[in-house]
Amino acid sequence: MVILPELVLLTGALAFFVVSLGKTPDRNVVKFTALFFGLATFIAACLSFQSQATLFYGVYAVDQYSQMFKVLIGFSLAILLVAGQYLKGIEVSVRAEYYLFLLLSVLGLMMLVSSVELIAIFVSLELSSFALYLLVPMRDDRTGIRMQMEAGMKYILFGVMATGIMLYGMSYLFGLTGTTYLKDIMTFLSKGNLQPAVVVAVLMTLGGFFYKLAVFPMHFWVPDIYQGASNETTGFIATIPKLGAVALLIRFLIVPTGHPQFLVELLAVVAVCSMFYGNLSALVQKDIKRMLGFSGIAHAGFITLGLLTMNGEGYGLAIYYIAGYVLMNLACFLVISNVSQAGENLLIEDLSGLYQRQPVLAFILAVGLFGLAGIPPFVGFMGKFMILASALRADHLLVVCLAAINTAIAIYYYLSVVKAVYTADPGGRPSVLVHPAIQAVGVIVVFAIVLMGALPAKFVDFAGAVVQTLL
Amino acid sequence: MDLLLIKEGLPLLTFLIFLPLAGALVLLFYHGESFARLWTLVITALTAVTSVLLLSGFNLTSSKYQFAEAYDWIPRLHINYIVGVDGISILLVILTTFIMPFCVLASWKYIKSRVASFMFCLLVMETSMIGVFVALDFVLFYIFWEFMLIPMYLLIAIWGGPRKVYASIKFFLYTLAGSVLLLVAIIALYLKTGSFFIPAMMWQEYSLTFQVLVFLAFFLAFAIKVPMFPFHTWLPAAHVEAPTAGSVILASVLLKMGTYGLLRFCLPITPDATMLLATPILWLSIAGIVYGGFTALAQQDMKKLIAYSSVGHMGFVTLGIFVLNSRGLEGAILQMINHGVTTGALFLCVGMIYERTHSRDLAVASGVGKYMPWFVTFVAVFSLSSFGFPGTNSFIGEFLILAGTFEHNTILALAAIPGAVLAAAYMLRLLQKVVWGGIANPDQSYLADLSVREIVTLAPFLFFVFWIGLGPQPFIDLIHTSVSHLLEQLNNWQQHHQVVATVLWR
Repeated sequence: MVILPELVLLTGALAFFVVSLGKTPDRNVVKFTALFFGLATFIAACLSFQSQATLFYGVYAVDQYSQMFKVLIGFSLAILLVAGQYLKGIEVSVRAEYYLFLLLSVLGLMMLVSSVELIAIFVSLELSSFALYLLVPMRDDRTGIRMQMEAGMKYILFGVMATGIMLYGMSYLFGLTGTTYLKDIMTFLSKGNLQPAVVVAVLMTLGGFFYKLAVFPMHFWVPDIYQGASNETTGFIATIPKLGAVALLIRFLIVPTGHPQFLVELLAVVAVCSMFYGNLSALVQKDIKRMLGFSGIAHAGFITLGLLTMNGEGYGLAIYYIAGYVLMNLACFLVISNVSQAGENLLIEDLSGLYQRQPVLAFILAVGLFGLAGIPPFVGFMGKFMILASALRADHLLVVCLAAINTAIAIYYYLSVVKAVYTADPGGRPSVLVHPAIQAVGVIVVFAIVLMGALPAKFVDFAGAVVQTLL
Repeated sequence: MDLLLIKEGLPLLTFLIFLPLAGALVLLFYHGESFARLWTLVITALTAVTSVLLLSGFNLTSSKYQFAEAYDWIPRLHINYIVGVDGISILLVILTTFIMPFCVLASWKYIKSRVASFMFCLLVMETSMIGVFVALDFVLFYIFWEFMLIPMYLLIAIWGGPRKVYASIKFFLYTLAGSVLLLVAIIALYLKTGSFFIPAMMWQEYSLTFQVLVFLAFFLAFAIKVPMFPFHTWLPAAHVEAPTAGSVILASVLLKMGTYGLLRFCLPITPDATMLLATPILWLSIAGIVYGGFTALAQQDMKKLIAYSSVGHMGFVTLGIFVLNSRGLEGAILQMINHGVTTGALFLCVGMIYERTHSRDLAVASGVGKYMPWFVTFVAVFSLSSFGFPGTNSFIGEFLILAGTFEHNTILALAAIPGAVLAAAYMLRLLQKVVWGGIANPDQSYLADLSVREIVTLAPFLFFVFWIGLGPQPFIDLIHTSVSHLLEQLNNWQQHHQVVATVLWR
């Protein structure tokens, strides 16, 4: 029972394998199977929330930390599957396969948050990544969109390269320490063995993790893949894998005695570069997914800022921030995938007058964007505020000031979308019909965004306490 | 917590903050146009009536924060929900609650589309405005302060004039950019004092460098909001494009938040930096007064004219704050209220003429006196009040400020005098054009005079113009204790600390 959510996902993937064997699977069967397994995963994750176990010779830890992330992943998956249930961008005949790989990818992420050993990390990371590489080019090309092929190629090539770098770093770590267990590696590092080989090994391994989170030097895949993948796929790429990446990074960075200075400085530089690069590039984007991609790079920088303090509080805040970020992105992608008529990409101007065409979606999008911009009382503000506070406490004044300036830059491009939604003339664009269930899910997400922003104490305390158990 | 007079029983301030919000939530479910109007009027009126309880229960002799409420909110970061009013904020709260019903009345016919959404924004605005004035926890303050941008942005961006998109974005970006470093300053103060409780941050021993940095972060945020001279360019754009209710809220309440911030935060939290930097800020205020006056003189657009006059009037307020004596401070607080009453009323008047002629152009509105005698009577009184005619409210405020300035520095006071003259010049020009015009008046015979609703909207403003103008003592009594307490603490501070300021700037 301790790995119930993983088992549910695996069953789901197998079920879709069976469904995909038929010639043309019925679209409703596929849809409802997906919805069923999405909800089932969430429920299973909730049920196994209290489980504790160490499996497979200690490489697989089911602890409070992993279970918390599994609940978050399950929740996001359920929201995502309901919001994107029409899968407009995917041809009907491959939808069963699409869900097969989607669930496998989520399975990989669920395994990732439980992995505490390099090989296990590698296996689950690759399970998640390779399934994801396949989702990108599955986009329907009947509408004349061919860029998903290019995006898929780029994604797999860059991804494999990043994996290679990470593996190379891991091999060094193994060579230096003689173990693949994270715990022993961290003990070795905390003793202050800082020969150049250690630095190189840590940097390379981190590089692989940064690739998943899309932090600055490993960010370059983001814009093209976000734009090339179908709206639903991008919604997935932008949310759930980031949860896994943060979980992994924290596991990797947690050292009881604190970290060598070089790592702190590295993270600071990476954070600032991510924020500036992401925000400045997002300013000029016209495609909304591309813009959200760049904004994601900037937010990844903010999360790195939370990790920078290298203490339980900072890690807890990073978890809070990423959970909030996922919620806000889900709100945005819920709107994007439902406003898009036939799964085409949306330019920002395509959202013109959404307020008149579909007021509920306009409201959800506005809350999501204002939240991402960090305006109170939404979760984005609280996360930003607390991360800045903890970073300033750790004496990173310059970084904090630069981050604050970035907030001001970011508001412009978020606001330009809100401007289109609320002030621009629809200009003959048709009104948008949305299923009430999707609207309800959107309102739930909005509610969660406000609630987490207004009453963050419980969540942050819990996340902080959970991280403390890892120390 | 001996700085707070905890309110027993009904949590009055919390009620004032959240009643409009609760009213707004109702509007999410019932969209009927006439229902939305009536409902919003009822809610705002109820808030206004309730806020009178503040006056009746206010202890004039205490400088503590009264009607205070304190609850834990985020204990981990020592963030609490603490609210309270003192002499500095009470009048601003009352001003806010009393302005709002008239904003609703002024929008009765002016807003024709999406009425429910408009009223929703108004109510949410009211919540955040009251919140800003009563918050005693810096994070709570900042949340209200920032959140306010969203409804105000929507008010301008959806129901605004032709260049609404430009104006609303400019408003949002300016004010947000100004306040991001405020957040850093707040966190820095928290790390020094270990609490976000605002009074606990006051009169602490910070190094001068720290004070100056914090002061500059504060000043940038608040000076943009005021707006002080070089940061004022968002104001005319926003004022001109906003709907009448938006302009009134902007002029009457939002601008006050800047000066309130300077008074509440800069002075007591960074006293050394305030004294060090007071002189340049005083001269910036003078620049604002003169610049605002000259620019207003040249405007053809009535709203723009009043907007620039606001730059000048707010210059007087900052002048009064930074001369750092009791006359100046009391005058400044009173002048904040006066400006809220007078300029709010003038914007209402412009809105009424705009509803009839669909133009804010002075030339189109000239010579309406013949057909709208009631209207021009109101305009005349508010114009006189605007340039500080004796017997009206602004006279008291400006007189106190100028008296305080003379006490501080004669040259400075002399430099402010042209501003007062300019104010008379541009307001009389407006008045002359509107009432009589010239030989080339457009045909105004189609104009109907004010309706009962409009007279009801304007009459209370008239009442306050004369009440504050002829019998200001009750208002000054409300302010006095807190101001003298503030100055007393400032003097104590000065005596105990070697002040570099005087050496540097004289």
